[in-house]
Amino acid sequence: MTDPVHNGDNPAQRSQRTAAASSDLAIELIKINKRFGAVHANRDIDLKVRRGTVHGIVGENGAGKSTLMSILYGFYTADSGEIRVNGTPHEISDSRHALALGIGMVHQHFMLVDNFSILENVVLGAEDSAMLGPSLARARGELTRLAKEYNLDVNPDAIIEDVSVGTQQRVEILKALYRGADVLILDEPTGVLTPNEADDLFRVLETLREQGKTIILITHKLREIMAITDYVSVMRQGQMVETLETKNTNPEQLAELMVGRRVLLRVEKGPATPGDTFLSVENLVVKDDLGVIRVKDVSFTVRAGEIVGIAGVAGNGQSELLESVSGMRDQTSGTVRLKGTPLSLEGDDGAHRARQAGLAHVPEDRQRMGLVTAFEEWENAMLGYEDDPAYGKGIILDAKAARAQARERIEKFDIRPANERLKTANFSGGNQQKIVLAREMERNPDVLIVGQPTRGVDIGAIEFIHNQIIKMRDAGKAILLVSVELDEIRSLSDRILVMFDGKIVGEADPATATELELGLMMAGVTDKKRAAAPARAAAEGKVP
Amino acid sequence: MSTAILKPLPRWADVVLLPLLNLLLAFIVSGLVVLAIGQDPLAALNAITTGAFGNGYNIGYTLYYSTNFIFTGLAVAVAAHAGLFNIGGNGQAYIAGLGVILVALPMQFLPWWVTFPVAVVAGAAVGGFWGFIPGWLQAKRGSHVVITTIMFNFIAAAIMVYMVVNVLKPPGVLAPESAMIAAEGRMPKLGTFIPWFRNTDVNFTLILALLCLVGAYILIWHTRFGFAMRALGHNPTATRYAGMSNSRIIMIVMTMSGALAGMVAVNQVVGVQYRLVLDYVADAGFVGIAVALMGRNHPIGILLAALLFGALYQGGNELQYVIPGLSKEMVVVIQALVILFTGAMEGLFRPGLQRIFTTLSPGQKDEAVARNTVKSES
Amino acid sequence: MDLALILSTLDATIRLSTPLLLACLAGLYSERAGVFDIGLEGKMLAAAFAAAAVAAVSGNVWLGLLAGIAVSITTAALQGAAAITLKGNQLIAGVAINMLAVGLTTFLGIQWFAQGGRTPQLKAGERFTEIQLPFSAELSGVPVLGPIYADLISGHNLLVYIAVIAVPITWWVLYRTRFGLRLRAVGENPKAVDTAGISVILLRYQAVLITGLLCGFAGAFFSIAQGSGFGNNMTAGKGFIALAALIFAKWKPVPAMFTCLLFGFLDALQIRLQGAEVFGIGVPVQAIQALPYILTVVLLAGFIGKAVGPKAGGVAYSKER
Repeated sequence: MTDPVHNGDNPAQRSQRTAAASSDLAIELIKINKRFGAVHANRDIDLKVRRGTVHGIVGENGAGKSTLMSILYGFYTADSGEIRVNGTPHEISDSRHALALGIGMVHQHFMLVDNFSILENVVLGAEDSAMLGPSLARARGELTRLAKEYNLDVNPDAIIEDVSVGTQQRVEILKALYRGADVLILDEPTGVLTPNEADDLFRVLETLREQGKTIILITHKLREIMAITDYVSVMRQGQMVETLETKNTNPEQLAELMVGRRVLLRVEKGPATPGDTFLSVENLVVKDDLGVIRVKDVSFTVRAGEIVGIAGVAGNGQSELLESVSGMRDQTSGTVRLKGTPLSLEGDDGAHRARQAGLAHVPEDRQRMGLVTAFEEWENAMLGYEDDPAYGKGIILDAKAARAQARERIEKFDIRPANERLKTANFSGGNQQKIVLAREMERNPDVLIVGQPTRGVDIGAIEFIHNQIIKMRDAGKAILLVSVELDEIRSLSDRILVMFDGKIVGEADPATATELELGLMMAGVTDKKRAAAPARAAAEGKVP
Repeated sequence: MSTAILKPLPRWADVVLLPLLNLLLAFIVSGLVVLAIGQDPLAALNAITTGAFGNGYNIGYTLYYSTNFIFTGLAVAVAAHAGLFNIGGNGQAYIAGLGVILVALPMQFLPWWVTFPVAVVAGAAVGGFWGFIPGWLQAKRGSHVVITTIMFNFIAAAIMVYMVVNVLKPPGVLAPESAMIAAEGRMPKLGTFIPWFRNTDVNFTLILALLCLVGAYILIWHTRFGFAMRALGHNPTATRYAGMSNSRIIMIVMTMSGALAGMVAVNQVVGVQYRLVLDYVADAGFVGIAVALMGRNHPIGILLAALLFGALYQGGNELQYVIPGLSKEMVVVIQALVILFTGAMEGLFRPGLQRIFTTLSPGQKDEAVARNTVKSES
Repeated sequence: MDLALILSTLDATIRLSTPLLLACLAGLYSERAGVFDIGLEGKMLAAAFAAAAVAAVSGNVWLGLLAGIAVSITTAALQGAAAITLKGNQLIAGVAINMLAVGLTTFLGIQWFAQGGRTPQLKAGERFTEIQLPFSAELSGVPVLGPIYADLISGHNLLVYIAVIAVPITWWVLYRTRFGLRLRAVGENPKAVDTAGISVILLRYQAVLITGLLCGFAGAFFSIAQGSGFGNNMTAGKGFIALAALIFAKWKPVPAMFTCLLFGFLDALQIRLQGAEVFGIGVPVQAIQALPYILTVVLLAGFIGKAVGPKAGGVAYSKER
């Protein structure tokens, strides 16, 4: 279902594409189709990737990018269609076959064995013989060579779980190169990286391109496309919408192609009228499950009637901050006050006490945390509040009362299908999020903590959810918003705090702060000169 | 590879048809074993059925076995709802005997209706304690409850041998057993009131078992704690998010589970043996796994499955007298196959059944398509 | 205690450790591959019965051993089908296997041999006998070292030596071969193995079949080496002690050997301590019997060190998104 308005090629682009002789093409996909049950994940996909280029594939979550690349890599088999590698058709039956054809993939979630050394990870699956010794020796030499050639320095004997995420990604790239990959697929490679690590990655990719490798970069971040790619293909709802030369396009056009209609980036909201301080966080220190300090002495306040947004690259301590303030995760030190009263949040029922004190929480990951997807809707509508007298007397639960209340909320929040007896897993992402929002907002809490409110939510629901959050603010509630989508932070927040490496590194006024300023703060750069670094500057680009 | 769209099974098929198919398969495989050794499986089945239900005497014993299996089945099921696999039912039922005998002997001259509730509390306390420790270790120290409960079965066995042989055995008695409880302290057998049962071992503990079934039903589906427990079983991160205290739930559930298993000791010690003997549990804890799996962790299912296994055990006992050469271990084989097919080889029938149901009801196919489409958006 | 008593205790330790070690190494293969196995006991029991039955009927110890191994491998394959192919619950599969073995061995034993479940007493040639290593007789006169060589090192049956050799072999396979690398990887992160182009299913089946093989040796040890015939439930929970030893050894082959020797020693001690007093206090035999289980619980609880098993253990691998 391509939008005809955007489907028309301009003549220059068309001639360019037909001019591409097939020998120039490292990869050619023709009419690829893939279904998962009723879901048509890839529909008649055509794609041509020229040798020695960086080719970006953009699209929203669920557009079918990862599926397409998994087919090219042999992890899934296409239902129909043809794959040509260097002009020759191949049936890629499994990953081993893809590797043999020189196709390597760096997955979004790294495929590494945590308690293995880097060397063992590189060798796994590419051993020379039944004995390990010679393979390891050869790999050690080869790693040194590759490290020099592509600037991919690693310590081969380091254990994966001890090294940084950036290093782990290098190991993934080395794995592919060690197997002789000429075509390297990277699936959302920067999602887990700090901006500095992302810069390093882009430098490595540039080196690879110079050496004649072909790179396919899957991302939903337009700034990366603009910064590094030569060509860009846009996917939407399982279909290939358009392939463009990067220098002939711009982020606005790509955004439109991705979404299929003009994106409403600004949320309608009046000026904030902040009142008393409702939430204050003082000198908070939080460790993650592995005992690493992820929140480092953070202090801030949120006042009644304002939305404070926390911006930052994923993995800079935002999740731990949210989990700690909402009582899910023990804090190492510090104080969280609600209307001046310190909250006691220790223990695994901390979240219960936080709720009782008037602090509601819409979690980052609704399926993993916010819902029991195997439960019926009405059961989830009271999750966390099951002790409420409204749901029964004493220890007994009054299912009728709970269902009646669930029905009211379904109507109020326009949750579809409007059936409180339906299993929660059978609701769409947006409707699941509405179930959580309804539950947390209808309690009329003083403070609402919201993490990634619109992740994996369809466009229509996004507007609804944003408006609900604004409504809460206008009703005089204090709202703490965490999102990795900078646009969302900028359009909803009344104040922006930027988090980097576990610390609040700056505060900004969303009305005046530029994308560049925020981006630099998110990268932990306080020195303005760093901004001149070429990759960074290009990456900042002009995103709406 | 295009995967057919399979909708989830209708509830009745999931709850009734699938367990019955698995049971049937277990019977067929056991029948083949019987056939392979040159015996007639149908005659064996006939002997088991008659042995289990032939007359009041047979039924009495069937109900006696079922009583134990209701308790152990519930013990497994309650834990399963919280996502815990308690395979320590044997140890919990065994060690609970200590609690029962230690109150029953001092109180033996009081009327049974005084002794009985105290014995129940004591059995529940000791059995519960034996479930609580693995629960505590899981909740606070992260030890896998399956491994810990296996170890606790063996530790319980060692303790019981020591206690019976070195502490409880009266001087002058050769057999490893405690002193007998006086007649006043013994639970009346149902045969005293319903002569049809004759002098079989089924006793008042059966009533307790039925009450436990009702109690478990209310607990699991109609209390706030049951809600929290089921939530934990499905998604422990969500219960942490909800602030339900996972560790508290785990410890309470394991204690309840152990207490339920401990009721086997009440049945055996004050209802049947009137003393503490060695190994009286006779693997009832493991039968509980089969009962819970077969009964889909639902009290009604557990009642039916416990009756089935009670009948198999009683029928198996009679089998060896009717057909020489066929021993009661046949029943253990059937039970193992039931566990294998319903518990570990669910994948055997489910996809096929789903396919059949999807084909049979074209109207429902669209619904399945719609459902899958909705799901994929998330 | 004199040398002879020490030697005889240690000798018993070796004998009692052998089946534990074989079963423990058996469990190591499948658990390192991500398949939890609480069915070691059942596979051993089935193998013990098959070995004794075939040895008795055929009069040949080797046929008995082969039969034991074949039955154990078949049982392992059944468990593998449930846990790997059908993606069933691995723990429940293990419970079922244990119960099936108890039921079938007794049932068939009674039916076939009509001795209440026992198999006929094995004669010489139908069971493994003690092997005298070269010069053991000659050297037995040498003080201290002589008896150690003659009584402790020499004079065990073949399966004892197989168990001892299985330790370095397992170590070598695990850490020095391609198969071992992949085995260790598939228990930690099967998806990494899959994306490297290696079949997770095949690898796990291989591991489970090796488990079956070693359980076959362990079972045969009970009935046609240590004993001379099968008796009801003759493995008597040793499969679970082996499981405890595996956890105690943190899923590593060399520590597994030492743990099994320790548990075997406790067993030997327990037999010698029947009624005896240590340091003037009567130590209940049951306390020593329960010690391996208690130690394992304590270790699992992290009171002494920490035992963390293979990360992907207990979960069937599914490629579905």
